[in-house]
Parts: sequence; C-alpha cells; structure tokens
Amino acid sequence: MSGQPRLAVRRAKLERFCSQQHCPFGIFHPVNSTCIEILHTPRTQVTEAAKPAITVNHVIKQFGRFAALRGVTADFDAGRFYSILGDNGAGKTTLLRALAGLAAPTRGEIAIFGQSPEDACRDVGYMAHPSLLYDEMSGRENLRYFAGLYGIAGDSRTEEVIRLVGLDPALNRAVGQYSQGMRQRMSLARAILHDPKLLLLDEPFSNVDVQSVRAMVVLLKSMRDAGKTIFVVTHQAVLLEGVADEFVWMQDGRIVDRTASIPQDFARAGMQ
Amino acid sequence: MTSIWTVTLATLKKDIRLEWRSKDALNSMLFFSLLVVVIFVFSFDPLAEESRHIVGGLVWVGFLFAAVVALNQTWARELRNQVLDAYRVSPAPANALFLAKVLGNFIFVGVLEALMTPLFVIFYNLRVLGSAWQLIPIAILGTWALVVNGTFFAAMSLRTRNREIMLPLLLFPISIPAVIAMVAGTTAILTGEDSAHFYIVLLLTYDVVFTTASLALFETILHAE
Amino acid sequence: MKRLFPILSIVTAILLAYALYEALVVAPADALQGEVYRIIYYHVPSAWTAFLLFFINFIASIQYLVSGKPAAKSATKWIVIAIGVIGVIATFIPAVQQMLPTGMRPSAVATTVILIPAFYFLIGKFFPGDRLDVLAVTTAEVGVVFCTIVLVTGPIWARPVWGIWWAPGDIRLTSTLVLWLIYVSYLVLRRFSNSAQTQMLAAALAVFGALDVPLVYFSIWFFRTQHPQPVIGGGGSMDPRMLNVLLISWMAFLCFAFLVCWSRFRLELLHREVEEAYAMESLAGSVAGVSVPLTRRAQ
Repeated sequence: MSGQPRLAVRRAKLERFCSQQHCPFGIFHPVNSTCIEILHTPRTQVTEAAKPAITVNHVIKQFGRFAALRGVTADFDAGRFYSILGDNGAGKTTLLRALAGLAAPTRGEIAIFGQSPEDACRDVGYMAHPSLLYDEMSGRENLRYFAGLYGIAGDSRTEEVIRLVGLDPALNRAVGQYSQGMRQRMSLARAILHDPKLLLLDEPFSNVDVQSVRAMVVLLKSMRDAGKTIFVVTHQAVLLEGVADEFVWMQDGRIVDRTASIPQDFARAGMQ
Repeated sequence: MTSIWTVTLATLKKDIRLEWRSKDALNSMLFFSLLVVVIFVFSFDPLAEESRHIVGGLVWVGFLFAAVVALNQTWARELRNQVLDAYRVSPAPANALFLAKVLGNFIFVGVLEALMTPLFVIFYNLRVLGSAWQLIPIAILGTWALVVNGTFFAAMSLRTRNREIMLPLLLFPISIPAVIAMVAGTTAILTGEDSAHFYIVLLLTYDVVFTTASLALFETILHAE
Repeated sequence: MKRLFPILSIVTAILLAYALYEALVVAPADALQGEVYRIIYYHVPSAWTAFLLFFINFIASIQYLVSGKPAAKSATKWIVIAIGVIGVIATFIPAVQQMLPTGMRPSAVATTVILIPAFYFLIGKFFPGDRLDVLAVTTAEVGVVFCTIVLVTGPIWARPVWGIWWAPGDIRLTSTLVLWLIYVSYLVLRRFSNSAQTQMLAAALAVFGALDVPLVYFSIWFFRTQHPQPVIGGGGSMDPRMLNVLLISWMAFLCFAFLVCWSRFRLELLHREVEEAYAMESLAGSVAGVSVPLTRRAQ
C-alpha cells in the first residue's frame, strides 16, 4: 500500500482521536484497529465480471389473490450499494425476502452469485425490522449462538462485529432492554457476522436515533468500499443520499425506475 | 452445511439457559401439573377398588395435558422477533433445530413427569406389583412419542389461525396408539397381571417411525410461509 | 363429460335401489341376529369405501409431497415397487401366513398389496401436479362422510344385538374411529391454515396419519388379546348369498362415492380456477378498478 508512513501518522492521530471520544462520526469507539480500518480502507476497485452478481428474472410472487411482485426483472452488480424505495405495498419487502430465500417466487428465478438464494445462504446476510434476536439474552450471547449456526468458532469475530456497529461487547443487558437504535445495530451485527458478500437490510433505520443511523450508514459505506453488495429498503431515502450508488424505485410490485441520485424535488418534498 | 450435532447442542444449551433464566414457564407448568394431579384425586377416588386399574390411565392423561401446555410454548421465543427467519437464512440444517427442540421438550416434560409421579404414588398409594424396571422404558419411550410428534405439530400450527388449539387437535388422534401402549403397559406393570413387553416394543416402533417421518418432513414445514 | 354425469347418476340410483332391495328382501335372515343384521349391508360397504378413499388420499399426498423433488420422487417410486414385490412374495411364506388374521386368505392379501403400486402409478399418471392435491382434498372429505356413516351405524347395530353401544376392544370400529379423528384433524388443518404451503402441510399430516393406522391396529389387537372383548362386527365366514349381496351393495356405494368425488373434484377445480383468475387480475394490475370478466369454455 502506498503512503505507508503517512498512514502510520494518521493512525496515531486517529488513535488519539478515538480515545478522546472525539470521533468525527459521533460514535464512541473503544480504541482498536478496527476503527482505523473503517476510516482508512481505500475504496476497493471492484473487478467487474461479465456476469452480474444478482439476477432477478421475471419474478412473480403471489399470496393467494394478492400479487406482491408482478414481474420483476433486473440485474444487480457486485460491490454496489442499492437503495430500494417505494410506497407501502410496492413489494420492496417481498423482493428482499425473495432474495434472502425466505419467500420462494411463484414464478421466475433469482440467482445470487450464480446460485439459488437457498444455496447462497453463506454469502447472504439479512436484517429486517423485527430484530431477529432473542430478547432474553445479551447481545454477545445472541451473536455467539448465531455464530455457532454459521460454524464460526470462538468469540473474536463476535466481539469484533459488535464493536464494528459501535456497541460494547461487554454490555450484559438483555437485548429486550435495548433502545431501538441499539437493537437495530445488534441486528446488523448479526447480519454481518459471517462476513457475507451480499447484505439485505429491510427498513434498518425506522424509529432509530440519529446517532445509531449514522453509525450504521458509516459501517455500510465501508463495507461497500470493501467490495460487498448492499441492498437497503428504506422510506428515508435522504439518509442514503451520497452513500448509495443507485436508487431502485418500486411501485405496485414492479421496478419502475433506477436512478443514480434522488431527484431534487423528491428530496425537497421531505418525503420521509 | 454446519454440522448438525454442533447446532443441535448449541440450540439445546441456549434453550435450557433461557428457560432457566426466566423460569416463568417452568414455574407455572410445575404448578399446573400439581393441579392436574389434585383434580384427578378428587375425581377418581383413590380408595376405590377400581382405582388400581385406572391409575395407569390417569397418570398418562395427566402427563398428556401437562405436555400439551408445555409443547404449546415450544416456538414462542422464536416467534417473538421472527428469529425463525434468521434460522432459515443461515446454513444450519433444519433438523438440528428440530432435534434441539425435541430434546428440550423431552427434558422439560420429563421434569414435569418427575414431579407428578411421586404425587400420584402418594395420593393413590401406588405399589408396583409387576416388574418395576419396565416402567423406565415405558416412561422414556412414551414421553419421546408425545414430544416428537408434539414438537412437529407445534411447528405445523405456527401457520394456522388458532395456534394453541391446533396442536392438541393434530396431536391427539395421531398419538392414540402410543397412549394405548403407555396406559396398557403401565397398568400391566402396576397390576402385575400381564407383561408389558409387547407395549414396549410397540412404543419403540412408534418412536422410530415417527421420529424418522418428522426428520424427513420438518424442513418442508419450517420453510412454509 | 357433461352427458356422462347424468347417465352415471341414473345408473347409480338404480344400483342403490337394487342393492337396497337385495339387502332388505332377497338376503336371508341371519341365524343368530335375525333381521337386525341387515344394517351390515350399509355398514360394511361404507367402511370399505372410506378405507379406499383414505388410501387414495394417502397415495396422492405422498406423490404431492415428492412432486417438487426429483430425487425423492424416484426413491419413492422404487420403494413402492419394492413394497409391491416383497408383499406379494411374502404372502407365500408360511411364517407370514400365520400372522395374518383369521379369515384372510393369503391371495386376498397379495391382491391388496399389489394394489399399492398399481394405485401409485395410476394416480400419478392421471392426476398431474396440482390435481394431486385436489384429489387429496376430495377423497379426504368424502372419506370422512363415509367414515361417519360407519361410526354411526356401528353402535346402532351393536345396541340391539349385544346390548352395548360401543366396545373399546372392537378392533375394527376403534381403528375406524381413530382414522376418522385423523382425517377430521386433516380437514381442520386445511380450513384453519393461513400458510401458502397449506397443501404441503396437509399432505405431511396425511402421511403421518397413514403411518399411524397400522400402529393403531396392532395396539388394539394386542390389548384385545389380553382383555377379551365383544366383537361387534362379527367374525367368521359368511353365507355366500350374504356375501353376494354385500358385494352388490359395495358396487352401488362405490358408484355413489365416485359420483360425489367427481362433483367435489370439479367443484374444487372450478374454485381454484376462480382464485387463479383473481390472482391473474391482480397480477395484470386492474386499471381504475375494472375487473377482468371471467370467461370459461362451456364444457
């Protein structure tokens, strides 16, 4: 890596920064090298393979009489940050669940890194509005259990991931007693535990305090820079402005538009 | 896929730890079991001549009711924050989850039975006239029969409108041969009139058949939307 | 198709009337029970019909369960063939013949066993895909009706003859009761499930039920050998004239069951077509609330 001496100086400066709790991102990080890595990892050049990472091919999802997805066809590339937007009932959650392998399409196919969603489960991390955590256990115990499901032994990864989302691994409180922001951050920690190549996040920011939102956005951005593919379904598009590579607009079960940024009047209208 | 035994053990340990911490379910279940025994004592006079012949039935009906209440909360914790989704998304095998839940329920119901049995013995002045050691395989195999099907049907009822009543509705008809074997076997041992050998074999067959069927079909049930 | 149904209805009505005449008038009075026994011509054919329908439900459920998975499907196919072959060969082994209940000839058992693969392949051929599930629902519902008839006529028969309504050790009646309970729970599951995979869940339950039935039979059988109980159905051989009437009665019942199943099957198909049409409409996206008219080729 070029500029190594400069890196060492900046590293020292940042170490002091973090330890004095003046981290510019408003997150309290205990001193560790992970903090520095987030801030300094240069944006990885994603070598684009000819085949897109995720293909959705004429996917239709029906629940009885109601069609949630009405023929969604799209290609998504690796290493990009996609924000999925749309009204309630547009099919955003259903699309995400279909990508996660939780809702098998009625018709059509989905390929994630060349595999079906069920087979690609090791490469996919999923987070939804419910926390997907046990309320009665502490954050660390929860993650330890889920790490076991993925075959990850030992506590190091668990603690690393908790620190990555800006929480304290030593916190012994049950998750049920967390604030919403903490809970969402712990849920995100669970989603990235096994270092997935694809992250699917469904409404991660709703009812979450600003500090937690910022922490999560920073982390997601750094993960995208490291080459991960990220999908975020949110109503609060403004939060991802400047961070997301592409905005995918859905309406009535179809993708109606894909833009690189949010239109000015949309952002100004303060649409949540 | 992650190893099935590692996941089963991890899940079982987690469930036991959670159950031990809250002790809510455990305490209310223990009290419920006591109440069931007391109700039976008042309904079926312990001093009557016929009691010795029906106590086998009373004991297992009592166990059955306690088991149903325990089984109904098998998946309660997983439902609360849609934790099942997290499990489905992971590479952990579905059967590991099933086995862990069955073993957990087996221990739980076993504890309840361990409480209720001495109460029955005391209230009904039970003496075993046959070979007492045969009660152990009957208890183990019988409890397993109730618990393995109960856990499976509890998972099935997750997707129904009236979850709690659905479990006994599905469980009782299928459990009838096991109940016959348990009751008849226990009565045979208590009264010493017959050998319980056949019933033990029948329970073993029942357990093997339905454990296999549950393991084969659980993944389908888990992934039902 | 449309012409066949009324013709078959008339034929069935004639058959039923004929069977009734045979049962009440032509069949001789029983040596022990007198005229009361004639309910057997209603009771036993209902039982056989119910068992046949539940058996079809079992086969259809298995096929539906494995329909999506080619590996499981071929494995099941080979298992079924193996059952047929082994079952037929086994009935010729003396040790196995001794285990059969009294009155059952080995050839009868062999014929029954060979029906398993026969039904499997016939049903697989004539009911592809989703129709398997429609068949399962149909046979379950109609089977429950016939099973109810068995359970109602059984005690009605028992009371005047033996003085008791019900004998717990009567192996046939008790097995029928358990079968009835299992299939009622099956129908309840279908009614109350709000999953997209209701059909799979129900098929799984049907398989569990089918695995249960032989176990029920054996548990009651052994219980009865330890505690002798009155047998309501009456064992032993039958006067050939009575057997004749019984078979006529069964033919009539089968025709009737076939008619009812056929109606129910078509009804269910129509119902699913309507649902499909609604789903299509939702898929296409109704513009300004205009609903797509449902047209159907008049058949």
